[in-house]
Amino acid sequence: MEVFFSLAKVVVAFVIILQLTLILLWVERKGSALIQDRVGANRANLFGGLLPFNLGIVNTWMADPLKLFHKEDIVPADADRFLHWLAPFVGIVPLFLTFAVIPFGDVLKVGGFTIDLVAAPIPASVLFVLAMASLAVYGVVIGGWASNSRWAFLGGVRGTAQMISYELALGLAIVSVVLTYGSLDLQAIARAQGALMWGVVPAWGVFYQPVALVLLFIAGMAESKRAPFDLPEAESELVAGFFTEYSGSKQSVFMMADFVEVAIVAALVTTLFFGGWQVPWLGREGFHFPGGLDIALPSLVVTLLQIGSFLLKLFIFCWVQILVRWSLPRMRYDHLMAFGWKRLLPIGLVNLVVTAVFVLAFEGWTVR
Amino acid sequence: MIAFWVVALLAIAGALVVVLHRNPVYSALGLVLTLFQVAVIFALLEAPLLALLQVIVYAGAIVVLFLFVIMLLALEPEKRLAAPFPVAVAGLVLAGLLGFALAAASTVPLAGAGQGALPAGFGSPESLAASLFGAHLLPFELTSVLLLVAVVGAVVLARRRS
Amino acid sequence: MNVPVEFPLGLAAALFAIGAFGVVFRRSVIVVLMCVELMLNAVNVTFVALARELGAMAGQTAVFFVITVAAAEVAVGLAILLVAFSRRRTLDGDQFASLRG
Repeated sequence: MEVFFSLAKVVVAFVIILQLTLILLWVERKGSALIQDRVGANRANLFGGLLPFNLGIVNTWMADPLKLFHKEDIVPADADRFLHWLAPFVGIVPLFLTFAVIPFGDVLKVGGFTIDLVAAPIPASVLFVLAMASLAVYGVVIGGWASNSRWAFLGGVRGTAQMISYELALGLAIVSVVLTYGSLDLQAIARAQGALMWGVVPAWGVFYQPVALVLLFIAGMAESKRAPFDLPEAESELVAGFFTEYSGSKQSVFMMADFVEVAIVAALVTTLFFGGWQVPWLGREGFHFPGGLDIALPSLVVTLLQIGSFLLKLFIFCWVQILVRWSLPRMRYDHLMAFGWKRLLPIGLVNLVVTAVFVLAFEGWTVR
Repeated sequence: MIAFWVVALLAIAGALVVVLHRNPVYSALGLVLTLFQVAVIFALLEAPLLALLQVIVYAGAIVVLFLFVIMLLALEPEKRLAAPFPVAVAGLVLAGLLGFALAAASTVPLAGAGQGALPAGFGSPESLAASLFGAHLLPFELTSVLLLVAVVGAVVLARRRS
Repeated sequence: MNVPVEFPLGLAAALFAIGAFGVVFRRSVIVVLMCVELMLNAVNVTFVALARELGAMAGQTAVFFVITVAAAEVAVGLAILLVAFSRRRTLDGDQFASLRG
């Protein structure tokens, strides 16, 4: 029974992330069209165009993947065939694994069982996220090198330097949150955010660590290599950067990795700073509003509300990233490096020291 | 046990790729493979925290740095792989002796080994922190000095070049 | 999972021997650095295996230090290597025989 539940959780997390990538593809195409005053994807439709409306979702949900998987898989003549084949998988597997430790709900009570709603409940899951984030760079390096193309190679070199530089700021932001809540477990951090400050405001990370939130968001966007940090793939300079020489299903894996990274940044922001699956004032037995009003709810409804809340927050932060991507121009490479090392890193260090002082000096400042 | 054998064989295969492959990129990827298997072995041996640190620091930073330098210098596969023949043979003999001696030493029974159950929370973040900031505080502080020296040294070396 | 301590120790011996062989055998300095990392990892495996066998956290703490020192070593080593490469246009260790200053 335990094994069955574990397997079911993994399947649920996997389906969430797979569907999310397709929905994000649609949101990105339609959203960018909205921002740029275009119509956007509107070609494919069900029932031969008999429907009065066409939101273009058929395009991205079925037509795009089908088209990509039917395309010829071209490997350049002098490419390293084995590594060229390996790179997309090396790029995406760590990202999928990251999603396994993100909690998407508190507990589900089914027939005497209490299931922790995180696909892989491991201790020190924060470190697991960092480890997987640091492995994601290999897809870029190997893909860029194995293609045996100048553009891909330059994209790979840029990607390597960018990702190891911004990992530091990312790590410092996450460590500040870890200090605040005193736990290395994402589920424990999410649970701690269910407490209330002064009996009213939910104890979300955004109120304790606003600086870390900004740091994590910027560094996370840089890790996911999207505009304004899309120098590894800069289409106006490097064709398509590290995946220039990829086509068909392998290229679609790289594109999918892109959206999974967006989803991971959104999931981290949600879990560390916006309460994860927490709904304000919703406990395991129902709502406890600050005014003294209590509404009892069945356990299943509470769980569904929490999962819905997690997905809603996740989606909002994905949307914010898409907005940023289509609003800001690309940075220059030296500006990018200077920004990472001379701005984000010192801010992160100062934030960490201040957090440590607060934790030591004011006991009870944080929820533990 | 099967898990251990698979991991061990993969680790040794990765190590052989590091030593024997002509292309430095493959050497670096072989190193990643070995380091990853070592992380799995840490996890099997009640050191989950060290397993994660191993992945973050070694696979995530050190080998990426190697790959970055290899790509920056645009290194080609080497034509002359090995040291001169006598040196290579000497190396093989040396390595064989070392491996044999170490393997032989590992079968010597340990004093005070196998006391049965490990203390609760062995290998957890709390126990590592207690050891690090308790008994080994001075080495810990000295490590930070060492890292600072390394950073300064790397910057000085990089600057002199330009 | 209860692996007898001899197995990880044997693996460590093998890794250490391969690493030591590589240090002597290879010309390329960058691969020699990688082989040194292999040897350090072999030592780490013995530390962790014996820490579990003796129930002492000190072994795992030592691994923490080794990882830190390895990171510092690689940072400085690769910086030196970059400078040396820009002087000699080669990574062959024998060509660095007169390395000084």
